[in-house]
Amino acid sequence: MNRGRHIRDNLMTVVFTAAGWIAIVFIALIFLFTFKEALPVFNAKDLHEFFVKAQPEETMEMRYIWQPVSDEPKMSFIPLILGTLKATFVGMLFACPIGVAAALFSSEFAPPKLREFIKPVIELLAGIPSVVLGFFALLVLATWLQSAFGFTYRLNAWNAGLALGIALLPVVFTISEDGLASVPRTYREASLALGASRFATAWKVVLPAAMPAVFASFVLAFGRAIGETMILLMAGGNAAITSFHLGDPLRTLSATIAAELGEVVFGDPHYSALFMMGTLLFVITFVSNSTGQWVIGRMQKRMQGTA
Amino acid sequence: MKVGRVVFALALLSAACGGREAKPRITIKGSDTMVILGQRFAEEYMKRNPGIVIQVNGGGSGTGIAALINGTVDLAQASRPMKEKEKADVKAKRGVDVHETRVALDALAVFVNEQNPVTNLTVEQLAEIYKTAPAPWVLYGRDNSSGTYEYFKEHVLRGADFNARTQALAGTAAVISAVAKDKNGIGYGGIAYAQGVRAIAINGVEPTDANVRNGTYPIRRYLYFYSVSTASPELQQYIQWCTSPEGQAVVKNVGYFPL
Repeated sequence: MNRGRHIRDNLMTVVFTAAGWIAIVFIALIFLFTFKEALPVFNAKDLHEFFVKAQPEETMEMRYIWQPVSDEPKMSFIPLILGTLKATFVGMLFACPIGVAAALFSSEFAPPKLREFIKPVIELLAGIPSVVLGFFALLVLATWLQSAFGFTYRLNAWNAGLALGIALLPVVFTISEDGLASVPRTYREASLALGASRFATAWKVVLPAAMPAVFASFVLAFGRAIGETMILLMAGGNAAITSFHLGDPLRTLSATIAAELGEVVFGDPHYSALFMMGTLLFVITFVSNSTGQWVIGRMQKRMQGTA
Repeated sequence: MKVGRVVFALALLSAACGGREAKPRITIKGSDTMVILGQRFAEEYMKRNPGIVIQVNGGGSGTGIAALINGTVDLAQASRPMKEKEKADVKAKRGVDVHETRVALDALAVFVNEQNPVTNLTVEQLAEIYKTAPAPWVLYGRDNSSGTYEYFKEHVLRGADFNARTQALAGTAAVISAVAKDKNGIGYGGIAYAQGVRAIAINGVEPTDANVRNGTYPIRRYLYFYSVSTASPELQQYIQWCTSPEGQAVVKNVGYFPL
């Protein structure tokens, strides 16, 4: 009997370890495949072209161009990176404050019945397919925004960012709310006992205590925003323009991959450039997640007094 | 019990795997401009020849041609001629020659919003607009996988770049929808899709049936089928039918111009 149990234990350990390793191996293999396809173009001259080369034009806008199908292909990543950052910025601007405020309301101020209602409803937002959000932004939201703010361009960074924010909201809300709810009751009770109001307690005691979770939700939202494809493809206008103005249309790295990978011949420089973009996205997400994890670890240590 | 469940699962699996169609199948991919025409061709042909299955997909002329080079499709539809380099790629990769067939004539229409007072532009003015994006024009175009994009770039812009502010949309229908919603919008695409917008005259010539066929409308193009020299007899029959009077009647119905 003892021996049987021993064997089963070992077997299950092996199975679980294997399962854990399989996930890591998959990620590594995907990265290697993407990187390998990008490799042909990965030499000093091409890196220079992707990130540094500027056309000899006056305006900032005309200096960095993405126009790979041309007699003289121009493959600068700068407008695409800028587009990705613009959309992410607007999306986070919308989703982070509202998400945290909603989480704070739900965990600190809402009566229990309302909390039971709010949480599943916001999580339902997470279930909306991004193509539907993109479609909604393209047809309806863009018109609303244009009549409210008088934009020259119907499809611009505000439109795409707002739709992206709607997709990010449930991510920020769920994780922040979980963090806030797991702050020990004793913190709240102590604060109230010392005479603080409910608002002061929530804002100055509970929220700081949940900062690791709130920050983690921001990092996850950032990762999601960087990689989001469909919404930005449909609602952003897809103009690869090097502009900081949020009323201008944009084109993101992921939307470019989605729109152009279908037409390239395997092995073309254009093909390798697109895989280079994929690698870049992978690296950005990896670095942001790792940095986020490190910062969260520091916050937690500081909270527990072991930093 | 357990055995029964296993047998049931195996039976389901074999039912899912079995029953493969014995009908010959033709796969077609390519131009979004031609996708509706391609589907209509296929529908009419399948009505007359029920023993064959034809599948038509869009994706852009570039996508179709890339698929022909990679060998993943039987027939590529394109709204631009194949480049010499692309034909050489097919030869290099698949060891066969490309067979080009013209199936229809298309006028590349330039669309403006119905509220826009502009009714005529010269080709040079059109090129300037798309190269410099002067206010208040808001430029809409196609993605770079599109044959329509390439045709416009070659014949209107004469190889120059589109302005960076040109918004790339996925299909002529999307371009028209955007122009219809934007009073400063301008877009280009196949004439068959025009609805809710106005197709302006170019160099003073309206895009009518007569003007396109006699060549006075300056931006017209052929629509092509590309197959390889090792095409099956069913595919060769299909291509022949499309250029026959019956097939050309379909072209007219869809809104393009017969050869």
